[in-house]
Amino acid sequence: MTTTEPRDAIEQVSSKFGITPEDYMLPARTEIHMLDINGKLHPSGQQGAEPGHEYPLPSPKALVDAYEQLVIGRRVNDQNSALVRQGRMAVYPSSHGQEACQVAAALCLGEDDWMFPTYRDTVAVMAKGVAPMEVMAGFRGDWHSGYDPKQYKVSIQSTPLTTQLLHAVGVAHAAKLRGEDTVVLAMCGDGATSEGDFHEALNFAAVFNLPVIFFVQNNQYAISVPLSQQSVAPSLAHKAVGYGMAGERVDGNDLVALLAVLGRAVRLAREGNGPLLVEAHTYRMQAHTNADDATRYREDSEVQGWIAKDPVTRMRTYLADAGLLPQDTEERIAAHAEAVAKNLRDGMNSENVPDPADLFAHVYSTPTTQMAEQAAMLADELAREEDAK
Amino acid sequence: MSPTVTTSSAANGNVSAATAAAAARTADAGTQPVTFAKALNTALADSMALEESVLVFGEDVGVLGGVFRITDGLTKRFGTGRCFDTPLAESGIVGMAIGMAMNGMRPVIEMQFDAFAYPAFEQIASHVAKMHNRTKGKMPLPMVIRIPYAGGIGGVEHHCDSSESYYAHTPGLKVFTPATVRDAYLMLREAIDSPDPVIFMEPKKLYWTKEQVDLEALRLSHETDAVPPTEGRAAIARSGTDATLIAYGPSVSTAMAAAEAAALEGRSLEVIDVRTIVPLDDATICASVRKTGRAVVIAEAPGFASVSSEIVARIQERCFHSLAAPVLRVTGFDTPYPAPKLEKYYLPSVDRILDAVDALQWEEGA
Repeated sequence: MTTTEPRDAIEQVSSKFGITPEDYMLPARTEIHMLDINGKLHPSGQQGAEPGHEYPLPSPKALVDAYEQLVIGRRVNDQNSALVRQGRMAVYPSSHGQEACQVAAALCLGEDDWMFPTYRDTVAVMAKGVAPMEVMAGFRGDWHSGYDPKQYKVSIQSTPLTTQLLHAVGVAHAAKLRGEDTVVLAMCGDGATSEGDFHEALNFAAVFNLPVIFFVQNNQYAISVPLSQQSVAPSLAHKAVGYGMAGERVDGNDLVALLAVLGRAVRLAREGNGPLLVEAHTYRMQAHTNADDATRYREDSEVQGWIAKDPVTRMRTYLADAGLLPQDTEERIAAHAEAVAKNLRDGMNSENVPDPADLFAHVYSTPTTQMAEQAAMLADELAREEDAK
Repeated sequence: MSPTVTTSSAANGNVSAATAAAAARTADAGTQPVTFAKALNTALADSMALEESVLVFGEDVGVLGGVFRITDGLTKRFGTGRCFDTPLAESGIVGMAIGMAMNGMRPVIEMQFDAFAYPAFEQIASHVAKMHNRTKGKMPLPMVIRIPYAGGIGGVEHHCDSSESYYAHTPGLKVFTPATVRDAYLMLREAIDSPDPVIFMEPKKLYWTKEQVDLEALRLSHETDAVPPTEGRAAIARSGTDATLIAYGPSVSTAMAAAEAAALEGRSLEVIDVRTIVPLDDATICASVRKTGRAVVIAEAPGFASVSSEIVARIQERCFHSLAAPVLRVTGFDTPYPAPKLEKYYLPSVDRILDAVDALQWEEGA
């Protein structure tokens, strides 16, 4: 367990960058971005311009690997939305338009690092390696969650907002007490920053100097309510200074910048410099879920404006221009994405009948007398139904 | 703890008697007046000494030792990594404990007072209670949430709530509430050992009560499984034949006093100490009611939609044909917990219990 006091940690890291602790904690004056909307490397944005906010370009291999996940992520979103329309899946909150954030969140972490995703972060969960059909169990209505959080170091996708940020803090705290260098990435949206647990989680992480990255995907809407009605802070990243941690904002549709910013955040956290808050500026291209009608609260012209900033197109243009996407690589990536989509379709088409006995089997580690009685009651009811057939 | 003496023959009977007397003296030497608070404190310390993953945290639990001193000395003995103060935020405390339990720890956290636990309710109801179920057991949450609860101490508003029904109504939680010093020790050890999350409700009016207890003997009994578990096992606190009083936590001592008073009037009342509200020991409760044919359920919490109403319903469902009278209740009124000068009108009292017993449709002359 490191004995560095949180204040000392901030002093040390800011002096390393030659800036004041306040300048370390405050985000750069503008959001970090590396690609312009046409996919050209931003001349002044190859690195952040300000001291303490400098970001090197990720390696070509890292960029191509990330692009592969980006293409898969887009395919997964579109496939799952189609499955919902066909009535083969109960619900799917799509991250269409946010795939760069999803991919960077997963790829910035090491194998032993933990991720705490929300219901909209399915692509990130898959990109961290969780088997697709295990992820989909929740969305097809089989059970609340289908994968083992310990096996993948991915918590179950949280529906209550920001409650999972505190669990992330606890996982990081336990690891720190054991002297492990685990980093934890905790995800939430812009609307969720209004929740009390957002405040408590950031404060706890800072006070205990824990290696947690709070990653806010600011997609502009909490279902229908725009960010302007959630917060009048200069940016969500500015909230960091109030807790004594570093904040940064990044173009959430720029995969290159996201990999750079989150990659550095993970390194800083792992080195014992405490938690960081990263706000990614992006857009939810589709409705909240299939049950929502986004035309009731936003104009089509606004949506059109964001199509021009599409993260997949920008990344593809950049890589192609840089000579990093030869035809065989593109074909391999496209085939991989199709294979993932086919796997999802096949999985959803296969019949899976949940066992009613599971209702009672997992409420406690060993069913109580009352659970056993109620299980027997249901089993008897089902047996009588079967006999009547 | 009664000493066991084996006599091999009548010839050395006198020697054995002397040995027995000596052993009894030894046993007595280990028995001391121990407060409920000290029993809890010792249970925490013994669990921490045995298991590295047991952590204690909350508000003022470190240097101060907790506002009720239940965590006294733990930081000094085990260090700030094992017992520490947190920022003042109950949802944060419970939420962080969930993450720690997810990652190999066994947190034992303190909510300073019953009503101060309400900010943590979402974490408790949506996550503590459900994590095991929603992951089909892949992510158990071994953790204990200690909550000082109930009244009788002249406490101010928001310091005397009986909040057990909220937790008992939430599937996935276990709810323990000890009523004796011995159970305070054993039940907290058991809660910490449990693979399931336990809401551990401590009747704060009992913190300063004392019993003759040998804590070291209790530690050995617990650690060698020499005592039966309390989970799901109500205790028969007093045997009787005419009617059954069913109580838990702070109400057990009131029920015992009522039984004592009834005995002077010639009525033999059995007293059941529920001990673990979840899981509830239907068998012991029902066996007693079937035997006596009459029952009164006693609890401090408002009676409406409560643990007491649940117990009455279950007795009615299971013991209807053994009942000689409707099952009655003596509970707190359906009002917010009163100001200190009014709490004597609110709390279940010996007189109110005896009145309820009198109303159990006794035959003429009984």
